[in-house]
Parts: sequence; structure tokens; C-alpha cells
Amino acid sequence: MLDRSAKAYWAANVRLLSICLVIWFVVSFGFGILLLDQLNTIQLGGYKLGFWFAQQGSIYVFVVLIFFYAWRMGQIDRKFDVHE
Amino acid sequence: MTELQIWTYILVGASFVLYFGIAWWARAGSTSDFYVAGGGIGPIQNGMATAADWMSAASFISMAGIIAFKGYDASAYLMGWTGGYVLMAMLLAPYLRKFGKFTVPEFVGDRYYSKTARIVAVACLIVISLTYVIGQMKGVGVTFSRFLGVSMETGLVVGMIIVFFYAAFGGMKGITYTQIAQYVVLILAYTVPAVFISFNLTGNPIPQLGLGSTMADGSGIYMLDKLDQVITDLGFKAYTMQNDSTINVFMLTMTLMIGTAGLPHVIIRFFTVATVKDARSSAGWALIFIALLYTTAPAVGAMARLNLVNTIQTGEIGAADSNLAMDARPQWMANWEKTGLIAFQDKNGDGKIQYYNDGALSKAQADLGAAEKALKEAQDKAGDTAAAQAKVDAAKTAADAAMTKYMTDEKTKKFADLGWKGNEVTKVDNDIMVLANPEIAQLPNWVIALVAAGGIAAALSTAAGLLLAIASSVSHDLMKGIFTPNISEKSELMASRIAITIAIILAGYMGMNPPGFAAEVVALAFGLAASSIFPVLMMGIFSKRMNTAGAISGMLAGIGLTLLYIFWFKGWFFIKGTEMSPNVAANWFLGISPEAFGTVGAIANFVVAFVVSRFTPAPPEHIQHLVEDVRVPRGAGAATH
Repeated sequence: MLDRSAKAYWAANVRLLSICLVIWFVVSFGFGILLLDQLNTIQLGGYKLGFWFAQQGSIYVFVVLIFFYAWRMGQIDRKFDVHE
Repeated sequence: MTELQIWTYILVGASFVLYFGIAWWARAGSTSDFYVAGGGIGPIQNGMATAADWMSAASFISMAGIIAFKGYDASAYLMGWTGGYVLMAMLLAPYLRKFGKFTVPEFVGDRYYSKTARIVAVACLIVISLTYVIGQMKGVGVTFSRFLGVSMETGLVVGMIIVFFYAAFGGMKGITYTQIAQYVVLILAYTVPAVFISFNLTGNPIPQLGLGSTMADGSGIYMLDKLDQVITDLGFKAYTMQNDSTINVFMLTMTLMIGTAGLPHVIIRFFTVATVKDARSSAGWALIFIALLYTTAPAVGAMARLNLVNTIQTGEIGAADSNLAMDARPQWMANWEKTGLIAFQDKNGDGKIQYYNDGALSKAQADLGAAEKALKEAQDKAGDTAAAQAKVDAAKTAADAAMTKYMTDEKTKKFADLGWKGNEVTKVDNDIMVLANPEIAQLPNWVIALVAAGGIAAALSTAAGLLLAIASSVSHDLMKGIFTPNISEKSELMASRIAITIAIILAGYMGMNPPGFAAEVVALAFGLAASSIFPVLMMGIFSKRMNTAGAISGMLAGIGLTLLYIFWFKGWFFIKGTEMSPNVAANWFLGISPEAFGTVGAIANFVVAFVVSRFTPAPPEHIQHLVEDVRVPRGAGAATH
């Protein structure tokens, strides 16, 4: 029983991790590099959108992502009763 | 003494008094204090210290300059040097904190139950940290010499002594609190001039928003559109468009990201917090403090470029009196000309400066000039004049061909018709943009002095953090861990202080006699960290099956391949003339530059480690339990040895 719970805890962690890393990849490598030309046709204030993601937007998303991960992991820790 | 020098002495002096005071107050009494600051640093304070530790002379002084001249292509640095924290927060920091040891090689040695693995990790760590610290020491020397009016050598020696005192006596505890103070100094120094400049140009005091705002001149044109238009009119490539190849931007960004996550001096910062939970959020706090500078830098870069162009090209291209007169150039240009980091040459003799993109003409002219100089030297010394003359003839032919092309080329013909004979700003170094920016924007002297204090804080904080990482691995991993296990706590502290001393002398010597590889060193440090430390740590946590043979062969394959590729194009051990192939895109593997190659090295590391581990015995049971234990937060005690 204890072992199954440890496995489920790790699976929940890896699932959350995967979601976060997909977002991490999409905003930086996706929007900032691979889709640059397409997004640059859209204007966000004085920014071309692709340029904005490459120089500003992806950094804001990174910050939010880490805190979201830390907060969700705190919840998962408590759910599986492994918190400190 | 000028008013600027007085301000510089006051602000730099006051910040040093502050750092020394803190280092004395928080001096290390035990090895735990020395290595992990006693283990009780809060996540916000740790985030601030990590940010100062991380943001070196390269971030503070160089990055905005690279952005100013490369535009979009420099985004790799912005995304790479921040995105790595996402990887660190999710893949490494919490687990290494739970593991609860002092150093990165200690984790490698325990997880892979092998002293050899630990020694290989120490070797990687020392090479990474030492190459990195050389660049920092040079940054200290340059900043001191420009603002205190002393020679580069004197500046460097003063810097070495200062770093030695607080790294050696304060240890991690002293450094952590000193770095918090240094963060405050460096972020103020970076943002205060940026706010002034953003407000002047766009009327918006927040640089992050100013970059996307309209010009304050009432034209209603967006700042970035204006910049694109102004520089493309002068023949430069558009600022907001990609010029480098997509694969290279992609690979460079990835290398800088995983290199960031694998840099040992940053990872050990997460051993200093109290809990696993704190380790997760501390990476977020670190990134917030880093992002303050990193989201300001694009504005600093773009606005500096626009200000520079507007200073030289004062009106419509080709109109009378639309170019800065040579004699009327502002004081900041004269100041930096003395350092040799900016240079002008009135090629067409009209007494004015033309700054534009002339195709390959300037380079051909510069080559010719160099060849003629070499010929003159050969004649004076009665050397091989025939060979030198042949080189001059070849350079002359090339310069003539470039001139013909320049006169007829569609893009440059309009400049040729105006009687412009080549770009007259013959040199403008990336590294002066941040330091010169407040002078360009005519800000008060105290702001310029503040920037000097910030640059020194950035270089010193990173140098101290790197030296500590080196000291820990020598005294704790090599001596205590392997060669002299019975060493007393007091002797261990002494050994690490001796290691710091040797590392500083070595770094100072290399900084004074740079082997000509400032930028390459940074690339090497990141490539090595990406291809060695990051994969071995990640597999140690995420794969229970990974074993000694896999880890060691992976590290060696990753580092070996990356080093080979860098040396192939940059010369063996960076010695000029020993490169095996010219460092141009046509020769690169899949178009990947040596700076961006760390990702390929990391992939090689993962693949080799995976294959080798499948053909060798699985790790013993207690190691599998260790991995399971590291994955769960509960029960994280204080870091021990």
C-alpha cells in the first residue's frame, strides 16, 4: 500500500512536470523561435508578437510557471501525506 | 579630480564598506556555515543571493550591448539564461535539497556509488568554474580601470584582494548576505538609468513598457518601428527580425538553458534553504529578481542603439549637416576612445562621421590597413618584406573589389553616391553600451558612478560564488571525500581557503594575460555544464536504472565531444592557428556554432549513458531506495557531510 502511494505520488509529480515543461517549450522555442515569422504579423501594442515572446513574454511565463509548479506540488505533497 | 571621479569613489567605496561589514558580521565558524550558510536561509533571501550570484559581469555589462547590435538574434541569451531556472526548479533543486549534502560531486559520488564518478564530476566542476571566473576577474579589472582611472593591472589586483577576503573568511554564509546587498546595488544601478532613458525617449518611465510604446516626440510612431526604420535606412538589418539561422538560435537557447541548470555554483545555492518546499519556490524568487534585469535589458539595448544612431546621424540621410561633425563629438565618445573600445576614422575626409552598413567594404579596408602596417614593421626590422608585400597586394586587390562592389551594389549605391567611403565608426565594442549608456543619455554623474558600483558588484558576487564552488570541491570532495577522509573540520576549512587563494591567483594571472578567449570561455563553461553536470544529475533522479558505468561514460562522452567540437573550430586549448577548420557556418555540423553545441553534447551524454547502463549490472538495492527517498520531500534534514 505504501509503495503504491509512493508510485502514485511520483506519477502525479511527473504529470505536472510534463504539463509545465510543454508550456515552457511552447512559449520560448515555439512562440519565440519556430513560429516567429507567423506571430510577427500580429501586433501587440508596439511589439511584434513573436519578438515580444522572445524578449519579454517567455520570461514572464517562466516566473509564473515556477510558482505554479511550487504551489501545485505543495498540494500534491499534502494529498499523499509526504509534506514536511 | 573630476566630479564624476569623486562620485565614483564615494559610491564604490561605500558599497565595499557595506560588503566587508556584512562579511565580517556573518563570518563562518563551522564547515556547515562555510558550505551551506548553516542551512537556514529563507527562500526570498536565497533567491536574491542566487540572482546576484548568477548575474555576472556578462549579464550586467555585456548582454544589453549584444542585444543592441544583434537585435532579435540576441533573444537566445534572454530566454536561455532565464529558462534554465524552470528546468532547475522542476528537475533538480528540490531533489538535491532533499538529498542534503554540501556539493554537487558528493551527490554524483553517492548516487552512482563510485569515487571515480565523483572525481570526474569534480574535474568537470573545476574546469567550468575556473574558466568562468577568469572572465569575471577581467570584468573587475576593466570596470575599475575605467572609473577609478587606474591601469587594468592595478584594477585587477585590487579586485583580487577584495574577492579573496570575503570569499575566504565569509564562506557561504558571508557570501549569501553580501550577495543580497550586491543584488540591491546592481539592480538599482541597472534600472535607474533605464528608467531615465525610457522616460526621455517614450515618456513611459517603465522600461519594459517603454520598449513597446510610442516615441515621445509626438510622431505617434512606435519606438521599435522607429528603430527598425532608422537602421534599415542606414543599410543595417532590421532589429526585430531574425538574421541568424533558426537551428542555431534554437540550439544556442537550449545550450544556455541546460547549461544554466547545470552550473554547479548556482545549484549549490539550493542546498542553503531549510526545506524542499523552499527549494522549489526559491528558484521562482531567484527568477523574479533575475527577470527584473533581464526584462529591462531589451529596452536598454534597443534604446541605446537608437540613441547611438541618432547621435551620429542627426538628420535626413544625405542632407547637409545631417551627420555629427568629427570635432563636435560628445565627451563620452572621447572618454571611451581612450580605452580603445570605440574608434572613428574619417575615411572620406569630410570632417563628419558616417555610421552605416557598407557591406564588406569596412572589413576589406581594415584588412588592407593591417597588411600595410605589417609591411612597415617588416621593413623596419628587415624582416620578410617580400611575403608582407604579397599580403598587401592581395589585401589591396580585395579592397578594390569590395569598393567596386560597393559603388555598384544596389543597397550601398545610394551611400556611394553621397560620397561615403565606408563606415567611419570603425569599432564599437558591445561591452561599453551599458557603462556608456547614462553618459550617452546625459544623465547626472551620480548615476554614472552608480553604474560603476553595480558593474563591480556583479563581477565580484559571481567571482566569489564560483571560487566557493571550487574551494568546496577541492577541500570537501577531493580531500575529505577521497584522499584524506580523517581530516579535521578545522583543517578542512583551511584547505578550502588555500584552494580559494590558488584559484584567485590563477584567475588573476589568466585575467591579466587573457589567452584571447573572453567570449569563448563563457561558451565553453555553458557547453561543459550542459553536456556533463545537467544530464548526470537528471538521470540520477529520474532513472533508477542508471548505474556507475553509464554515468561515467555519459559524462566523458558529453564533455569530450563538446570540447572536441569547440577546439576544432577555435583552436586546441584556444591557441590561435591550431584550429582544424575555419569557424564559419558552412563548416559547422548541421549549421550549429561551437557556442551552441552543448545541446548536442548533452544528447550524446544521455544516449551513451542509456546504452551503457543497459549492458552493465543494475545499481544495488540500497541505491534504488536512495533514489526513491530523494523523490519524496518528507524527512529532509539539514545538509550534512
